[in-house]
Amino acid sequence: MIRRTVRFLDERTGSAPFLRKALRYVFPDHWSFLLGEVALYAFVVLVGTGIYLTLFFDPSTATTYYHGEYRPLHGFQMTEAYRSVVDISFKVKAGLLIRQTHHWAADVFVVAIVLHLLRIFFTGAFRKPRDLTYYIGLSMLAFALLEGYLGYSLADDLLSGMGLAIGYSVLMSVPVVGANLAELVWGGPFPGTPAFWSRMYVAHVFLLPMLIATLLGAHLLLVAARHHTQFRGPRKTERKVVGVPTFPGYAPRSLGLASAVTAVLFLLGGLVQINPIWLWGPYHVDQGTNGAQPDWYLGWLIGALRLVPGFDVTIGSYTLVPNPFWGGALLPLLVFGFLFLFPWAERRLTGDRAFHNLLDRPRDAPWRTAIGAAVFTWAALIFLAGSADRVFVTFFVSYGWQILFFRVAVWLVPVLVLVVTRRVCLELQASERVERERKLAEEEARRAAALEPVR
Amino acid sequence: MKALWRWIVAAIVLLLGRGRRPPRVEHERLVPAGKPSPRAEFLVLGLFGATAACAIAFVVVYAIESIPHQTQFLGLSLGLAFAFLAAALILIAHRLVVTEELEEDYPVPAHPAEQEALMELVEESGGRMTRKRLLILGGGAAGAALGAALVTPALSLGPAFEIAPFFRTPWRRGVRLVDERGRPLHASDILEETFYTAYAEGADREDIGSPLVVVRLRAADLDLPAGREGWAPRGIVAYSKICTHAGCAVALYRKPTFPPVEPRPALVCPCHYSTFDPARGAKVLYGPAGRPLPQLPLLVGPGGELRAAGNFSGAVGPAWWGVRNRRPS
Repeated sequence: MIRRTVRFLDERTGSAPFLRKALRYVFPDHWSFLLGEVALYAFVVLVGTGIYLTLFFDPSTATTYYHGEYRPLHGFQMTEAYRSVVDISFKVKAGLLIRQTHHWAADVFVVAIVLHLLRIFFTGAFRKPRDLTYYIGLSMLAFALLEGYLGYSLADDLLSGMGLAIGYSVLMSVPVVGANLAELVWGGPFPGTPAFWSRMYVAHVFLLPMLIATLLGAHLLLVAARHHTQFRGPRKTERKVVGVPTFPGYAPRSLGLASAVTAVLFLLGGLVQINPIWLWGPYHVDQGTNGAQPDWYLGWLIGALRLVPGFDVTIGSYTLVPNPFWGGALLPLLVFGFLFLFPWAERRLTGDRAFHNLLDRPRDAPWRTAIGAAVFTWAALIFLAGSADRVFVTFFVSYGWQILFFRVAVWLVPVLVLVVTRRVCLELQASERVERERKLAEEEARRAAALEPVR
Repeated sequence: MKALWRWIVAAIVLLLGRGRRPPRVEHERLVPAGKPSPRAEFLVLGLFGATAACAIAFVVVYAIESIPHQTQFLGLSLGLAFAFLAAALILIAHRLVVTEELEEDYPVPAHPAEQEALMELVEESGGRMTRKRLLILGGGAAGAALGAALVTPALSLGPAFEIAPFFRTPWRRGVRLVDERGRPLHASDILEETFYTAYAEGADREDIGSPLVVVRLRAADLDLPAGREGWAPRGIVAYSKICTHAGCAVALYRKPTFPPVEPRPALVCPCHYSTFDPARGAKVLYGPAGRPLPQLPLLVGPGGELRAAGNFSGAVGPAWWGVRNRRPS
């Protein structure tokens, strides 16, 4: 049976040599190497659940009045888009499960990407020959954020409308061409023409997933072409990679991880409510609600929009740069700019242009670790600032004071983190050095003691 | 000397082994052998069984029409099915297949000879061309022009250069204010300490130029900017409901307020907490908004109904590069 399958495959495709090599491809082992895989499997779940949802979703802004399963919305004026999402939630059997799993998978997808990115950054895995892989990964993160935003915007509930209004305003605020861009994308002033909905839809279900999938393929090909990195260890050198082969060792592990990710996502989708759009109601431009929060991965943008002091850059009665630009456009540009430029900057500053197959431990590169920790802290504080209104509601800490605190903290704390992280790295290095020297000295003493009787 | 000794040993071995049947060559294994583990096999079987049971449970739950909490049971059964499958696979990985640690060479960093060949290939292929740079320049220009031509149709997406629609609102002198159900609002309907949403009669409700937030203040508290005398008949003021910061609806009215901390009534946008003072022309009190909400001058008609006395004091909604904060058309 096996013989026949193998022979059939090889004689038709000539792939036996390739398959043999692929099955014995070596995966170095470390728990943090699984983060990227988690993202990959979350993406698979996203595609699967997403395809199901497209079969029921109607991306139309045509007006309708609801008279479906969910009584509290009876008689509400809404778009067909929102109506179809309510129907997916209440009328389509298993629809709510798939919809919530899709939403959870999106959140987990971005969590996994960000953690994977942190792992890559702090271990120096982005260095030659894997910088190209890293850039592709960053692009996927950017597209994933946009994809997620479009996904929850399509539902046309109150929160998605508020999110779109903010997105529109941020695009409008882009210097010089902002209004033209916003008009192009929306087809006119907000809330735009019906065509905008089909544009969002085709971007969400076709363009961006295809783009992400293509980049994902390139990402994986490059990983395989240059092979995995590994931490230094016995037999693990810049020349030799040590690990478990794809088959039989790694395949069941990885499939196990895929099943585990899928299990967690379906359990979340079935048991933990997410984005109950029937409670938010349909969106109309004149409606808003307090306590509105985006999905977690856009929390840093709402935090930044709230932190920026109130000013537009104006000349007389002419506006140049409206306020949302700083928090909504400049911040992501800065963060992604930093991430994209870092490998180049590090090469320039350290003069290290060598090949690196061995990973650094964070302490091995104190400056990189310190800068990374500082920038991460900066972004994390801005993210936290986005929750100030909820903190006020929950803990009664004045909103104004919180914002004031964050306005100072986002600049002070990262500097502190920079200094402390670098110090910690150096101390860890020093303690290792001491330990090594002590061991050497002990060994020498022991050898000397062993030699003693001979003399 | 040593080599000679080896030759002698080899010769003896050959002589002694002559005529005997060669020992059966043990086929060299690719994967090292391991001990069977019946317990692990049994466990994996059990887990596969559990997977199948949960998967069937999913189908059953799906089929039963009247089950309460169907979504939860569907998620539970499907999630558990995958969880059992994951456990089975991980058990297989750790107990049933051989765990080997292999060593492999990293791919060679570079192929200098091939690199050289590639460069030569390109260079020699262009050997017949005498004006290479000019050709490249020409090709580049053609490519750029063609690229520009190909992206031009993207402009059909929207009226990219028409700024006028951003200034258009449905408000004119005499247009009546109506409520959510399209009924005209009367001055007597508007009470203090709360706020109302109003729309331009007959206009598209989803036009951001239409929605207003209307509040009534005590005449003594009113302190509108110069030139807006008579815009607030009977203390009633109306502002665009669309936040000038990021386009959200200004949906909160901070009234009653807590006098020691928040002495003034205020209109608040729930998106980024831009806070506007309705008594002073919606001046920004707090938050990221860069300019006040545009005010709509009001008049009270002969039947007591509220009407616009003109258009807004400034452009409605979020700002953009080069917008002049003038009265809309």
